[in-house]
Amino acid sequence: MLKRLRENKSAQGTLLALPTTIWLFVLLIVPLFLTLVVSFGGRSPDGNVIFKFTLDNYARLIGFSTDCAAGQSTCFDPLYLQILWRSLTLAFNTTVLVILLAYPLAYFIARANPKQRSTYLFMVLIPLWTNFVIRVYAWMVLLRKEGAINIIIGTIAHWLGFNFVPLEMLYTPGAVLVGMVYEFLPFMILPIYTSLEKIDNSLYEAAADLGANASKTFAKVTLPLSMPGVVAGTILVFIPVMGTFIVSDILGGRQVILVGNLIQRQFLDARDPAFGSAASLILMVLTLIVTYFYTRKFGFGEEIVAA
Amino acid sequence: MNPHRRAPLVRLAAFLVYVFLYAPIIGLILYSFNASRTNVTFEGFITSFSENTQMDGSLVVSSPCGPFHWYCDLAKNDDVMAAAGNTLKIAIIATLISTIIGTMSAIALQRYDFKIKPFSQLALYIPIVIPEIVMGIGVLTLFSQLFTWANTAFNLSGDARLSMGIATVTISHIAFMVPFVTLVVQARLQGFDKSFEEAAMDLGANEWTTFRRVTLPMILPGVLSGGLLAFTLSLDDFVITFFTNGPGSTTLPIYVYGLLRRIITPQVNALSTVWILVVFLAVLALHILQNRESKERA
Repeated sequence: MLKRLRENKSAQGTLLALPTTIWLFVLLIVPLFLTLVVSFGGRSPDGNVIFKFTLDNYARLIGFSTDCAAGQSTCFDPLYLQILWRSLTLAFNTTVLVILLAYPLAYFIARANPKQRSTYLFMVLIPLWTNFVIRVYAWMVLLRKEGAINIIIGTIAHWLGFNFVPLEMLYTPGAVLVGMVYEFLPFMILPIYTSLEKIDNSLYEAAADLGANASKTFAKVTLPLSMPGVVAGTILVFIPVMGTFIVSDILGGRQVILVGNLIQRQFLDARDPAFGSAASLILMVLTLIVTYFYTRKFGFGEEIVAA
Repeated sequence: MNPHRRAPLVRLAAFLVYVFLYAPIIGLILYSFNASRTNVTFEGFITSFSENTQMDGSLVVSSPCGPFHWYCDLAKNDDVMAAAGNTLKIAIIATLISTIIGTMSAIALQRYDFKIKPFSQLALYIPIVIPEIVMGIGVLTLFSQLFTWANTAFNLSGDARLSMGIATVTISHIAFMVPFVTLVVQARLQGFDKSFEEAAMDLGANEWTTFRRVTLPMILPGVLSGGLLAFTLSLDDFVITFFTNGPGSTTLPIYVYGLLRRIITPQVNALSTVWILVVFLAVLALHILQNRESKERA
């Protein structure tokens, strides 16, 4: 038996890959399948799942409400569609802002001399490895009405002799956007940096020799060659933003409800796992569709592993 | 030399992004020395030392620990210590298992051909392309259905009843950590010269000896950085833990999240500061190690 195994390369490979494959199958693929099954189910009065086949949960998500005014059996309630749309636009806005902030920094690091470069990179890693929940909390301290930002603006206004009324910044959609941008910025900086760093210096020299000025070199050399990094970063930012519920929970203070919050509440407060499962499958399909079209258009960079 | 290397605008933008990255962290640390118990405004430092803590309303006037009052408070907090213990326990076990099986599958995927290979490779990308919350509720459903079934089928009652806890958190952590370990080790194996192993085999070493004396030392940096990545992912994880934890398996991120929804004292800031300091030292150590390695290779 052992001797046969020693000669059978294919069996060796299977055996080596087996623990991981089984683990991933049982804990990633089986749960996804279960979620699909549950999403067609119903809810028992005590919050358990009743296994049956109904499309009610999906109908509810796209707006067919069963909770209507007197006399009607079905009516249109766009609440959940609004939540989906809000999450999509927030994820889009976050990604665009993150690209705009990450690009100059990644560019700066990539063009710094090698010795300083690792220090600059190190400075990006510290916030990245600081805990997610702590980073959201940090913004709470800054954005509060009595918080640091209002104090700083207030002091400057006082010097200049203006009358300043502290701004309400916490628990607004803007606070959620800032929090999301802050949370996911490092995930964009690293892949863009990786692709910028790969660009051979001789390309810049060639561009200069051929008479290109700074902006032309950027448009014709730097930007196209760094696109794989931007694509990888977009995937690393867009997908998690779509599903995150902590940022909106803490900085949005129940004012800004995203798909993530909707799903979380179905499992914990509302106790309707079937509806939550349907919402989470819609979320998954939505992100897969966006990612598919996006990567088909721009390619799937290997930079994703670098981050 | 490229023409826009010293563009001042790029420098300014980079500087401002660094300010954006660090301002919240600095604010957080500053507020950990706050004299105000409610922690809404900064009321100055707790400066004077005395035998016991003196309070004036919500202000801490003096404390035996001076400005580090909230850090002393933190050390006395049993819940925090228990959460820190759980976090470490889960991270250590999950890292060990995911590093071992992740490295095995990386070797298999890079070196061997076998039937389920495309499936094994594809499964690795699931945690990257699917939002974490989808996986979180998936494993929650799996465990709750499994436990409900097992508890009724085997008539389990009392302490014997299966429920969410450290085990479910650890098992779930491994599932989303393994792909990252495998991808990192695989990347390392890609640039690896097979002739060393062939030479060892020609000299009469068997597979195990070859692996132990030749392959492992060469891929060790990759294995270590994969393991370190797994460790930090586990320490940092909120979403998966949120859906799979139970009574007695609260981790630090879950504990902090719980506090944020109740009363926030500067103790949260003290905890965050200690955490940031630990992260800083860990990243610094890694940074120095990597610098040394790249110097050796050069």
